[in-house]
Amino acid sequence: MTHGLTDGQFFSMVASFLGPYYLALALMNGLAALYLWRSGQLKTWFSLPVPGLGKVAITNSAGWLLLATMFAILGAIAGSGWVSMLALPEGLRDAINQGTGPVVYSLGTTAMLVLLYLFRSFFVKPVVAWTIWNLMWLFLGLSMTDSDFYEIVAKPDNVPIVMLVFLLAFFTWLGTARAVENDDRIARGEPPLEKLDDEKVLVWPDLVYIELICMIALMAFLIFWAIALPAPLEEAANQAKTPNPSKAPWYFLGLQEMLVYYDPWMAGVVLPSMIVAGLMAIPYLDFNKKGNGYYTIKERPFSYTVFQFGFLEMWITLIVLGTLLRGPNWNFFGPYEHWDAHKVEALINVYLSDLWWKDLLGMSPPVAAAGSSTLTQIGYIIYREWLGIVLVLGYFIVLPPIMALTVFRSFYQRMGFVRFMVMTNLLLFMASLPIKMVLRWVFNLKYLITIPEYFLNF
Amino acid sequence: MPGLGDIIRESQIWKSIFRHPMPVDRRNRIVVVLTNFFLHLHPVSVKKQGIALSYTWCMGGVTFFLFLVETVTGVLLMFYYRPTVEWAYTDIQMLRDVHSLGILREIHRWGAHAMVITVWLHMYRVFLTGSYKPPREFNWVVGVFLLLLTLLLSFTGYLLPWDQLAVWAITVGSNMARATPVIGHEGPGQQLLTLGGVDMITNASDARFALLGAREVGEETLNRFYILHCIAIPLGVALLLAIHFWRVRKDGGISGPL
Repeated sequence: MTHGLTDGQFFSMVASFLGPYYLALALMNGLAALYLWRSGQLKTWFSLPVPGLGKVAITNSAGWLLLATMFAILGAIAGSGWVSMLALPEGLRDAINQGTGPVVYSLGTTAMLVLLYLFRSFFVKPVVAWTIWNLMWLFLGLSMTDSDFYEIVAKPDNVPIVMLVFLLAFFTWLGTARAVENDDRIARGEPPLEKLDDEKVLVWPDLVYIELICMIALMAFLIFWAIALPAPLEEAANQAKTPNPSKAPWYFLGLQEMLVYYDPWMAGVVLPSMIVAGLMAIPYLDFNKKGNGYYTIKERPFSYTVFQFGFLEMWITLIVLGTLLRGPNWNFFGPYEHWDAHKVEALINVYLSDLWWKDLLGMSPPVAAAGSSTLTQIGYIIYREWLGIVLVLGYFIVLPPIMALTVFRSFYQRMGFVRFMVMTNLLLFMASLPIKMVLRWVFNLKYLITIPEYFLNF
Repeated sequence: MPGLGDIIRESQIWKSIFRHPMPVDRRNRIVVVLTNFFLHLHPVSVKKQGIALSYTWCMGGVTFFLFLVETVTGVLLMFYYRPTVEWAYTDIQMLRDVHSLGILREIHRWGAHAMVITVWLHMYRVFLTGSYKPPREFNWVVGVFLLLLTLLLSFTGYLLPWDQLAVWAITVGSNMARATPVIGHEGPGQQLLTLGGVDMITNASDARFALLGAREVGEETLNRFYILHCIAIPLGVALLLAIHFWRVRKDGGISGPL
């Protein structure tokens, strides 16, 4: 960790990491150039007039080779210890810190994923995808020279999240590229790639050798990771000394992030149970028979977008937010911002019942007389919270029938009552998170229903 | 003059283990899969498209392999670890500083993180190819249970080093359980369960207490999580894995277009 390190010490530590890092990126691009050249996939990007030689065709292979050279130069610079040359400008880092917050982050990732989805046939092109892939690595490399960024990202238990982001980027590209190609083929009346060839091969040797090579490669990778990065061991457990921030393991940080918008009974118990139940329900709710055993988006747009919304947009982005951008007191910190435990953020909590009784009607909320029976008290509480209760019940009970008659008319007819109700309620639970996020950002609204007497806040 | 390899392959010992010649011709390549215990999980032949890397991503197999790595390294770690408040932390320190086991704990920890990631990627691929659709609905459900158990394995293991990171991560994670509806002592409806005016659901009887074995993360929790981590959950995973693999075969083989 960077505690107690001078700038010089920090830079020399980063240099020993960034040198091999950029060389690895150079190797990656060099191999890509070699692959394009050897496999005869050369494409001429443009022709460059060179005096004496005439026009020289700049091919994709040459382009990536040039990039490899640039990365090699960056590696040499880093290896020579001039790390400060490889940093993002201070002004840009400040601007990113100032410009980001939970709202910008959530809306930004949403906008990005929507753009990627809408223009997927552009983004899956190898040259575009490879450019983005390189930019991601370059961004990570340049950011690592910032000690605040480094401290969070290079924390041993956070390294898996960085890997997860890169792996998801790669595999989402792979799956989408195949889906785009299949959709084009289906539009032309051709079978998807997977149906082209129904040849069967013997498990020995065709499968067992793949398995063996996978095992060896994975073991090599694990050993490399284990040597490069020691497992963390902090001070001995001390119940009296609460760390700030206290965080659950990284794969649960999406749930911990939901605590900003929900009470624990929702964020920690009900919603996780709904996620598990919802995942199990998928095969029984998805009545679409197409898209079984091959990549496609156009043949199953609804199930695809719902799943991606839940997985990439909510589960993954919330984990990244909760792990990398939430600091002491669960305040939001920009990627290059120091985690200052004394950072104060004004926290205004607005409750719907207060809005109704105090702000709109100008009176204090109704309270049962002291010593009245439990039933009377509950009656008063319901009276006090009537607006929120009506809204929430309306959301879960009135919306599904309306959906059945309007947007999901054909769904309802094909699914039947029970399956349709299960699906719409799962969807509504999922949609309640972005709704509550927006309410929180726009109105500072914490709860629609506020019944602390019974721990029932929603 | 027979070579050493021939002598070994002609010996009674070798022939008692491998009851057929080397799998170099079609017949014996089939026989090896049918007669070898470890290979009999496989069918004799598979769809060529189904094992293409860009189609299948290998993530299910990688997850299974990581489970095996975790089992082996976990057993070795158990030799050097006592799950008590007195010893847990110092045993881990000893593993780091004294025993020359090198990177054993690192492989176990990073393998566990990797396993969570590969389970997600496996699920992602199965979804994107629509492989949960009939006739594989039930195997998807088994898979969701396996996902859940993988997360629980990682979560219970997180506590065992008994350092600040471990204890507070588990404290934060398990604090949610006190808000369980009806059976958590700070959950909605906990007042419903009363007997003669006495609350049945308190911080010494609720869902969180059941998880931790105590009011706070302590000695009992460590013991409980250790047993869950080393015995109960792995047994559950092993059973479900067997069902998962069995059903892959029974539901039409590895995924591919129908």
